[in-house]
This record gives sequence, C-alpha cells and structure tokens, in this order.
Amino acid sequence: MPDRRMIVLAAIALIAVLLFLTVGLRGNVQFVLQLRALKLLALLQVAISIAVSTVLFQTVTANRILTPSIMGLDALYLFGQTALIFALGGFGYASLDAGTKFGAEVLLMIALAGALLWPLIRTRMDMNLMLLMGVTLGLLFRSLSQLLSRLLDPNAFAIVQTASFANFNMLRADLTILGTIITLAAVVVSWRARHVLDIVGLGREAAIGLGVSWIRTAAGLLLLVAILVAVSTALVGPVVFFGLLVAALAERVMRTQRHALLLPAAALIAIIILVGGQTLLQHGLGGASTLGVVIEFVGGLVFLALLFHESRK
Amino acid sequence: MIVIENVSLSHRDTPILRDIDLSLPRGGITALVGPNGAGKSSLFSLIARLQPLQKGRITVDDMPVDTTPSRTLAQRLAILRQDGAVANRLTVREIVGFGRFPHHRGRPAAEDLALVDAALSEFDLHSLADRFIDTLSGGQRQRAIVAMTFCQGTDYLLLDEPLNNLDMFHARQLMRCLRTIADERQRTAIIVLHDINQAASYADRIVALRDGRVIADGTPDDVLTEDHLESIFGYRMKVEHMNGKPFVLHHL
Ligand SMILES: Nc1ncnc2c1ncn2[C@@H]1O[C@H](COP(=O)(O)OP(=O)(O)O)[C@@H](O)[C@H]1O
Ligand SMILES: [Mg+2]
Repeated sequence: MPDRRMIVLAAIALIAVLLFLTVGLRGNVQFVLQLRALKLLALLQVAISIAVSTVLFQTVTANRILTPSIMGLDALYLFGQTALIFALGGFGYASLDAGTKFGAEVLLMIALAGALLWPLIRTRMDMNLMLLMGVTLGLLFRSLSQLLSRLLDPNAFAIVQTASFANFNMLRADLTILGTIITLAAVVVSWRARHVLDIVGLGREAAIGLGVSWIRTAAGLLLLVAILVAVSTALVGPVVFFGLLVAALAERVMRTQRHALLLPAAALIAIIILVGGQTLLQHGLGGASTLGVVIEFVGGLVFLALLFHESRK
Repeated sequence: MIVIENVSLSHRDTPILRDIDLSLPRGGITALVGPNGAGKSSLFSLIARLQPLQKGRITVDDMPVDTTPSRTLAQRLAILRQDGAVANRLTVREIVGFGRFPHHRGRPAAEDLALVDAALSEFDLHSLADRFIDTLSGGQRQRAIVAMTFCQGTDYLLLDEPLNNLDMFHARQLMRCLRTIADERQRTAIIVLHDINQAASYADRIVALRDGRVIADGTPDDVLTEDHLESIFGYRMKVEHMNGKPFVLHHL
C-alpha cells in the first residue's frame, strides 16, 4: 500500500505541474504550451537529479549536512564559464555552440569526479580524504574564478553572475531531452539500489558485515551522483544548497531512512518547490529569472538551521 | 572452521597484533578476554574483513576473508561491533530485518519475516518493534543490534562485548541463547567478554589476549587460574570453585 504522505506529496506536485502549465495561458496557446512543456521538463529534470543525488550522497558519506557540491563539480563548472567568458568575451561566449558546450561540460565534470574516485578504488583510500580533496579542488576553482572575474569588464562580469545561478530561461529542446534521458537512466539505477542504500546508510562497517562490497558500491554510487549533478549543472547551471533543503524535508516528512520512501519523497518535494516556485515567480511576482537565487537563499537558510541543530546535540 | 595464521597488524609503527595463530573449529563458544587495548576488536575487524589484512592469512571455512565476495562471507559470518551505532530513523523491526539482507538482498521471503519475528521474541523486543531506535535505552538498543546479528543466521558469530549495557536478566538470556544455538545447531560463537565469570560459566574455551599476543588458550579450568589471570589482567585475584566451575573474585 502506498504511503499516505507520499500520495499527498504526489498530489501537490501534480497540482503544481498543472498550474505551471495552465495559469495565465494567453495568445498562441499551442506555442506557449510548447515553451512551458520544455521548461517544465528542465525543471523536473533538475528537481529529480538534485533530490536523488543529494540523498545518495548523504547516505554514502553518512552525513546529513553535505551536498554533492563538496566534490567541487559546480566550482569546476563555474570556473569553466568564467574562463570561457574571459577568453572569448561576452559575445564569443554567447555564440558558442550549446550542444558542444553541454557535452564538454558534462564530460569534464564526470572526469573530475573520476579523478577523485580513482584513488578511492585503486588504493582503498579513505572516503573522507577524497572529500577533502574535492573541497580543496573546489576552493581552488572558486578562487581562480574570482581572480578571473576581477579582470573582466562589467558587462562580461554580469554574464558570469548570471551563469552562477540556475537559469531556466535559455533552454534548448534537444539538450533538455538528452539530459532528461540520462537523468532517467541514473534515477532507475538509484531506485534499483534502494535496498542496498538502506544498508549503506548504516555506515561502512555495518554494511560490509551485511555483505556489501563497500568500495565498489560507494564508488558506483558517487559516480551516479556525479552524473546526475553534471547533467543538471550543464543544463541549467549550479544548484548548491537546494538539495539540502529537499533531503532534510523528505526525512522530516517521511520520518524514515528507508530509501524506498526517501528517494521518491525527496524528488516530489523538489518538484513541488521548483515548479511551484517558478509558477509563483512567473505569475505572482513577475521576476521569472530569479528562481535560482531564491532556492539557493532558502536552501542556505536550511543549511544554517541544520548546522545549529547538529551543534546543539 | 576459522583459521588465523601468522596475523600481525600495526598502525603507523605501533604494533597492535603480533603473530596471531589461532584456529577456531566449528561449534561451541569461545570467549576472547583481555584488558582494554589488547587488540580484541582489531582481531575481530580483521576476521570480519572490516579492515584490510596487513600480514598473514585468515580463512572462514577455507574461504580467505580478503578475496571471498563480501556477500558469501556475510552468509557464513556475522559480526556485532563494539560500537554498533546505527542510523536513527529506523524502527527496531527494520534494524532486525536488515540481518536477513545478505540472504534476500532486499526482497524478504516469508521465511525471512518469520525469522525476524522469532528474533524479536527471543530478545524480548516485540513490544518495542515499531519504536525508532533512537528512542530506546542503551540496553534496549544493544538488544536490537544483537537480534539483528542473530537474525543473519550465520554459522559463525563474532560478538564484541555484546553484554554492554544489558541488565542481568538480558545478559543471562543472551548467554543461554548462545549456548542453545551452539549445542543444538552446531553454531559457533566467538565472544569478547569482560565479565570473566560469564566466560567461566558459558564458554567452552577461553582465549586471552594481551598487548596483541595470545597469552593463554584453553578450557575455563585451564585458563582461569590465579597465575594466568594475573598475567592477563595485571593484578592478583582469588579463584574459587562453585558447582565445579571456576568463580573469579575479580572485584575484591
Ligand atoms: N584506528 C586506530 N588507529 C590507531 N590505533 C588504533 C586504532 N584502532 C585501535 N587502535 C589501537 O589498537 C589497540 C587495540 O585496540 P582494540 O583492538 O580496540 O582493543 P580491545 O578491543 O582489545 O580493547 C589499542 O591500543 C588502540 O589504541
Ligand atoms: Mg574492543
């Protein structure tokens, strides 16, 4: 029997989707619907990848206040954007072929994740050490981006600023669909691993005791996380704190650590916030492009709240 | 049979285990005793492949622990760790059910559910079955984790200080339960005990570890002598006999 809370979440998510598609339909209905459907697809893709990747990441690292951004993928992305703008100028950057850029970004981010995971697999390196390397690399990329942005003219700098937050307004249909297919595949793999994830969540030693091959499983899950993050980041831009908000809410709402419930709940909550938030911004507040900023702000607040909560325990 | 050959372990340059040779045949209860820091938990973590072997060889029923697939071993050998902390938002029933994971990989059959129920009864957990683990007392949590280890249904059980936090009633019940499965089902328990009198009453064999070395090994009658005990624990204690078994007055 499906959980009642899950049904409620699914219903709210469905309402958010319907509202997003139908509120304020005017003019050429078919054209507008097509546009909105594309945007909806991107929103769903991002919502689900952020939710699933954060839950997986928190389970593997046994840490409830981490997000995959600690691996430094989004910092690499940002550095890449800044470097491109620096090298090509605002105009050259804007005229880059979106398909090639998307492909190169995804591959680069997955390559970075691979480089981080390699020592973990080969030399059984400690996972915390790997995370520390990720943090250090992320810091390096961020500092480099800052250095480069100092050298940019104000116009080019404004483009960097735009690239630093998720943006759902400049989407290409083919890339969005491709991204969605990759995400779906990764989500199917995650769903099939839901029982193993429950065991992985018990921690390294307990999981090995229960027959999990730790290194292989942990590396595989982290690679899955990297794929999800890379695709969604290359599609719309970096989202850092949002996953934290979603994962924390899912655990509070479902009151369980079983992934069969946690994964779908987190995905539904992410959809509700992203799609609902976008509808609200578009029709209630009028400033359509700031959703990325708003969700990061709220996610950041949740991060602080969790920190306070943990430190008081 | 668990065979430990020539096993040594060190952290940086500090030796923790030195040249351990031990074989533990199938069936019976072996108590592993020794002062804090003797290396008991380290030895367990090597047998249960929780950390890589640095030197030597360990086999469980002829399967080397470092190359055998983790799941295959998990069907033969279960370990209860000394600090068996587990995630919070899980119920006792879910935790105990995880013990069956090596057998069904997430799709429990009727048999698995029946075994979980039996373990809940055995450890007096039925009334707590739907409570979250983080709402239990230390002893209740310990019982839940012990029940999970039992539920794994393995031939070999490594229990690292399982009596921690247990009251006398439940400590006795656990030791009797071990005795039963050892006698009736030929299962093997290796158990780290600090209460030497529990070892005297329930164990078939006592292995004593100190400074990473096996310094005594034999039946309770052999090992629990005043001289041996002094060399293991570093002070002299009186040994009486009750009902034909040694009784150590270690607290006086
Ligand atoms: N991860 C570790 N790093 C360094 N030293 C350790 C580590 N784990 C255990 N030790 C040391 O190894 C020795 C044996 O520890 P342990 O096996 O836990 O002892 P016991 O279980 O017999 O009390 C102790 O001196 C302890 O300090
Ligand atoms: Mg110990």
